[in-house]
Amino acid sequence: MNQITNFTKGFFKENPILVLVLGTCPTLATTSSTLNGMGMGIATTFVLIGSNGVISLLANVIPDKVRIPAFVVIIASFVTVVDLLMQAYVPGLYEKLGIFIPLIVVNCIVLGRAEAFACKNSVLSSLVDGAGMGLGFTMALGILGAFREIIGSGSILGYKFIQGDGILLFILAPGAFWALGYLIALLNKLRRT
Amino acid sequence: MEYLLIIISAVLINNVVLAQTIGICPFLGVSNKVETALGMAGAVTFVIVLATMVTYLIQIYVLDKLGLAFMQTITFILVIAALVQMVEIILKKVSQPLYQALGIFLPLITTNCAVLGVAILVIKKDYNLMEGVVYGASISVGFGLALIILAGIREQLELIDIPKGMRGVSLSLVIAGILAMAFMGFTGIVK
Repeated sequence: MNQITNFTKGFFKENPILVLVLGTCPTLATTSSTLNGMGMGIATTFVLIGSNGVISLLANVIPDKVRIPAFVVIIASFVTVVDLLMQAYVPGLYEKLGIFIPLIVVNCIVLGRAEAFACKNSVLSSLVDGAGMGLGFTMALGILGAFREIIGSGSILGYKFIQGDGILLFILAPGAFWALGYLIALLNKLRRT
Repeated sequence: MEYLLIIISAVLINNVVLAQTIGICPFLGVSNKVETALGMAGAVTFVIVLATMVTYLIQIYVLDKLGLAFMQTITFILVIAALVQMVEIILKKVSQPLYQALGIFLPLITTNCAVLGVAILVIKKDYNLMEGVVYGASISVGFGLALIILAGIREQLELIDIPKGMRGVSLSLVIAGILAMAFMGFTGIVK
């Protein structure tokens, strides 16, 4: 398969959040600001690349019947690595993302790629697929985070450019639902025409 | 009194779906009919309460004792996966009607982040076993409540002509946003 299309499909054609609507929990919870969203995206990308690589290497060794538990263990190992790394090097972000770091284990995107792609394809394709999907996820989180941060607190990447408070509702849970709902609706509209 | 606080705060104020946004996948996935929503809510409650108990005991008596706290994520997800499988097998043998009602939802629950989320939160919040179980049960009641409300609204929506782009997930998300706003009204009941 052409590695370039393999890489870019995660951004638009099969974007995990905006098109496949997978992994919505971390999407809604961590996009209260651009940085949080991107941080979550990068952590997930790391797990995706790692687990995709290892799973494609071991795909022939793992018996078919126990493949899901085996995949979950591999994914959980990478999540633990990310968890400890973030705790050590970016404690501020780690504190903010909180429980959503260990919850990467149950992010449908990671297990979904393992099951749908990595166990059937070569190591290189799987790594590229993991990177593409992960960066597509990061991009979507960044867009959502920027949108919510601009409306919700009048700032971007922490730099305030609107005086006074924003619409606080957009930083809280309702704003998360609305932002994602309307973004998906907009993409549906664009794709149909 | 303390239990009452845990219950009210977990069901209404910090509703797992609408305020903490955990467990969105089943919330969007199985909320098109009230009947299936009820089944899912039942199955989730069952698994969460059971999983909270087992993971709590493992954390206290195995992980903490042996200094293996960093293995928490791996251990918990394996325990939950095994537990779900076991519950499925036992239900099939013991109670056919209950299996019929909950059976199809059980495999989906392993990937419900609410289960793993509650297990980790109970440890983080330093609850004892009883508080943990009450907390888990109320989280699942909150999950069921949100699920059933959304299912009720979506059943009505089938009669309405919706703009093309908004059909499906996006309208559900917007409705969930309005529900979340409504649930924010409970903030401040408990200090």
